[in-house]
Amino acid sequence: MVAGSFLPLIVALALAPLMQGVIIRTKSVVAGRQGQPLTQPYWDLWKLLHKGAVYSQTTSWIFQLGPVVWLVSLLLALTLIPFGGFPALSSFSGDFIVVAYLMALGRFSTVLAALDTGSSFEGMGASREVTFSALAEPALLLSFAALARQTERISLSPVLTAISWSAWAHSAPTFSLTLAALLIVLLAENARIPVDDPTTHLELTMIHEVMVLDHSGPDFAMIQYGSALKMWLFAAIIIGVAPPWHRGGPWAETAVSLAGMMVFAIATGLVESSMARLRLLRVPQLLLVAIVLSALAVAL
Amino acid sequence: MSQVINSLLVLLVLTGFTLLGSSRLAACIRAVGFQGLLLGLLAILMQDGKLSAAGVLLPLTTAVVKGILLPWLLFRAMREADTVREVEPLITYNVSIIAGTAALALTLWLGQRLQLPSEPPSSLLVPAALFTSLAGIIVIVSRRKALTQVLGYLALENGIYAFGTTVALRLPVLVELGILLDVFVGVFVMGIAIFHISREFDHIDTDKLVALSDVG
Amino acid sequence: MIELLILIPAGAGILAFFVASDQSRRVLLISAALGQSALSIATWIVPPGPAFGGWLAEDPLGRLIETLTSVLFLAVAFYAVAYLREEARQLHSDFEEGFIFSNAREASFTGCLLLFLAAMTLVAVSQHFALLWVAIEATTLASAPLIYFHRHHRSLEATWKYLLICSVGIALALLGVFFLAVAATSPDGSTIALMVRDLRSNAQHFNAPWLKAAFVLLLVGYGTKMGLAPFHTWLPDAHSEAPSVASALLSGALLNCAFLGILRAHEICVAGGLAGFSDRLLLVFGLLSMAVAAVFISGQTDYKRMLAYSSVEHMGILAVGVGLGGAAVFGAMLHVINHSLTKAMLFLVAGNLLAVYRTKNTDGVAGALSVAPVSGGLWLLGLFAITGSPPFGPFLSEFTILKAALDQGETLVAVAYLAILAVILAAMATPALAMAQGTPPEQVAPAHPKSKALSVVPSILGIAILVMGIYIPPVLTRALREASHLLG
Repeated sequence: MVAGSFLPLIVALALAPLMQGVIIRTKSVVAGRQGQPLTQPYWDLWKLLHKGAVYSQTTSWIFQLGPVVWLVSLLLALTLIPFGGFPALSSFSGDFIVVAYLMALGRFSTVLAALDTGSSFEGMGASREVTFSALAEPALLLSFAALARQTERISLSPVLTAISWSAWAHSAPTFSLTLAALLIVLLAENARIPVDDPTTHLELTMIHEVMVLDHSGPDFAMIQYGSALKMWLFAAIIIGVAPPWHRGGPWAETAVSLAGMMVFAIATGLVESSMARLRLLRVPQLLLVAIVLSALAVAL
Repeated sequence: MSQVINSLLVLLVLTGFTLLGSSRLAACIRAVGFQGLLLGLLAILMQDGKLSAAGVLLPLTTAVVKGILLPWLLFRAMREADTVREVEPLITYNVSIIAGTAALALTLWLGQRLQLPSEPPSSLLVPAALFTSLAGIIVIVSRRKALTQVLGYLALENGIYAFGTTVALRLPVLVELGILLDVFVGVFVMGIAIFHISREFDHIDTDKLVALSDVG
Repeated sequence: MIELLILIPAGAGILAFFVASDQSRRVLLISAALGQSALSIATWIVPPGPAFGGWLAEDPLGRLIETLTSVLFLAVAFYAVAYLREEARQLHSDFEEGFIFSNAREASFTGCLLLFLAAMTLVAVSQHFALLWVAIEATTLASAPLIYFHRHHRSLEATWKYLLICSVGIALALLGVFFLAVAATSPDGSTIALMVRDLRSNAQHFNAPWLKAAFVLLLVGYGTKMGLAPFHTWLPDAHSEAPSVASALLSGALLNCAFLGILRAHEICVAGGLAGFSDRLLLVFGLLSMAVAAVFISGQTDYKRMLAYSSVEHMGILAVGVGLGGAAVFGAMLHVINHSLTKAMLFLVAGNLLAVYRTKNTDGVAGALSVAPVSGGLWLLGLFAITGSPPFGPFLSEFTILKAALDQGETLVAVAYLAILAVILAAMATPALAMAQGTPPEQVAPAHPKSKALSVVPSILGIAILVMGIYIPPVLTRALREASHLLG
């Protein structure tokens, strides 16, 4: 293990809800509304933390454990993600596999919690979530493999620092394909349009939101916060792979990356405003495309 | 330069997947047309600087015929036949994409095995070309609409042409024009046939053309 | 001179589209056919020099196929004029399903017929592999409209299958041509133009794996066009649904042209020391085609389809002959001629029978000898000839191939070959006899054939088949020997 910086983790913890706020705000503006303040996600979390949780009589300790494991696994995953010019808190050979499986663990716990409720809605959501994640996972791992192969490093922090302008100039096709694949994975893993609509009110069409329907109060806060962190995690990797800016030291680079994250959030909002959700049957096809793209990136 | 060629080849592969994964005929026609444009560009870039008038005009003609003229013809055929989508292919789009991935793996393996006498400008060239052809064949055998089958034929032809750019630079201009003319007339005649099929049968589903058979 | 061989039919073909009067268009067809065949006969007396820097030239093989095509076309042209006159009515009712259909414009039919001839001639005389490919694909495109002469759904289906399957097959052959170019490239990057002669003289230095792959692709590609099983699926449909004039040319002339494409590739393999490889492949596909044809001929109730499958069988025989090598190649070359003459005659006669009985079903035809004595007689003669009965031409060539197989010790091949021929003889003789004899059904069309050409042309072909079985002119023997010499 190499000692790294706390900075990427702190930035993530502090700004992940803000990113959600930017996305929501962008969508409001595009829709012609004024929209909620950018800090609203923080207030929502605050509000949820001060409420009591309601537990159905049919649920067991698994239901209460779910959100905790979810949040913890994402926090652990975040310690492996570098940001800007700073390496991650810890980094070791093959750490991206750990990242992928920590997220899988988090998902597993929420799925278990959903099944524990015994509600058919939640079961449906859980089954969809698992189906699509199962298809997204190969794409994610293949993307990591492509990056590792191209940069000849097998740990996230060195991989992302190794991606420089010259690396892009040398193998732009690989990186663009990986980026495209990662983008699709981000959309699928974070319940974004066109895969899932996080704001819809029709449970039948939901994937992620319907799965966490029964959680309330602090439990729901953990789930919401975890979701924001997950989005941040993926976006941070994407910003790290995107054409880099190794100039003016780590602080300047961090500032640029932060700006990049916000631009990314705005772009996400714009995409969500302009696209409709895909039919559920088409989602696997989209994920297959991601697998193909990442496989092609590995092969190049 | 090799980066540009590589990127174009990646795009070529992606158009192949578009053809495999899309049910909308318009998207498929555009994908195949885009392949034509890519082929023209590739053929120009392959000549590493030694440009001659014929070396530019011929790929340009290819690009115009395969990228603009043929798609236009096919769009016309699509309107005549009043068809927008390929409905219920014999294998689903997802399976088509998986088959395409398998084909890609196969061609990448072949590309490493096959020893070309002279080093091609990109190691991806032979795999991308053969993959495009295989994608075309998958489409021909798995789709019902006559129009989609023509698109598969064109993709097959495009892949072969792409392979030809490694060796065909030494083919005389007249022959290349002849090949292009054959493909053009071929698609033209097929377009006419599609028009007749849609008028005679009110559809262009070739799996319903079963009047002639000795089996069953 | 070679250019003229192509330019005459090509020019006349384009002209035919614009000639309004049926009468003058028919005169144009006949005169173009006459001029072209006179010219190709003249090439036997005064061998023409190569044209376009050697791209077009007549070697023994090409000249044989070219002349055969021209002569056959001339015969068919005379028949076609009479046929088109009969077909000139606007609407026809379908024999099988009774619906009303119209014909394609006669101008486009005649035009395509002539362009088809031009493309086939180009196949025969082109010495460059890529040009050969262009020409073979051109034959597909020129002949597709011929199949869709009768505008109804069955012929349309046949046309579509023909177009798509052959185009896909031929596209693979293009890949084969490119592979050949790779095989011909030496490690230092110098290449050889894809001319048959240059390739043959340098073939020892070729890259063997690429050459093998090229041969396989060319065999599959042109084999599709030639109707070798299992790529033959389009053939019975196209040959049975096309009007008889077109069927005669498709079976009698076009299949030879596709065969020529395979022979050219085989030539290179023989010169490159890979004869063992290409021989085996030809042998396997040949026997497979014969066997598949035998299966489908047995119990076939549609006599035009029966003839079409018989073409598959004979293409198999040609492949077997070339695959055996040695004396069998001579037999195969002779068989090219015999099969073309016989099959063209049979399709023309089938057209006559179709006009009389208005059905393609063998059960619907009886007493042909009494209703239409000439056609009935020729039908019987032709079917016996095509199944290899003496004293007709095909017997001689099939026997030559069999004898060569036995002489080479290929007993297994000989036995399989003989067994398949016996099965086909039995399967075709039964309906042939039943169609010729017996009492005719009552509602047969009276007074047929109306035009003399409809029976004269097949009769001439019939006499030719008989002559070929008894006496082969020495000039032909020499030509066949020269042609087979190229193939080892």
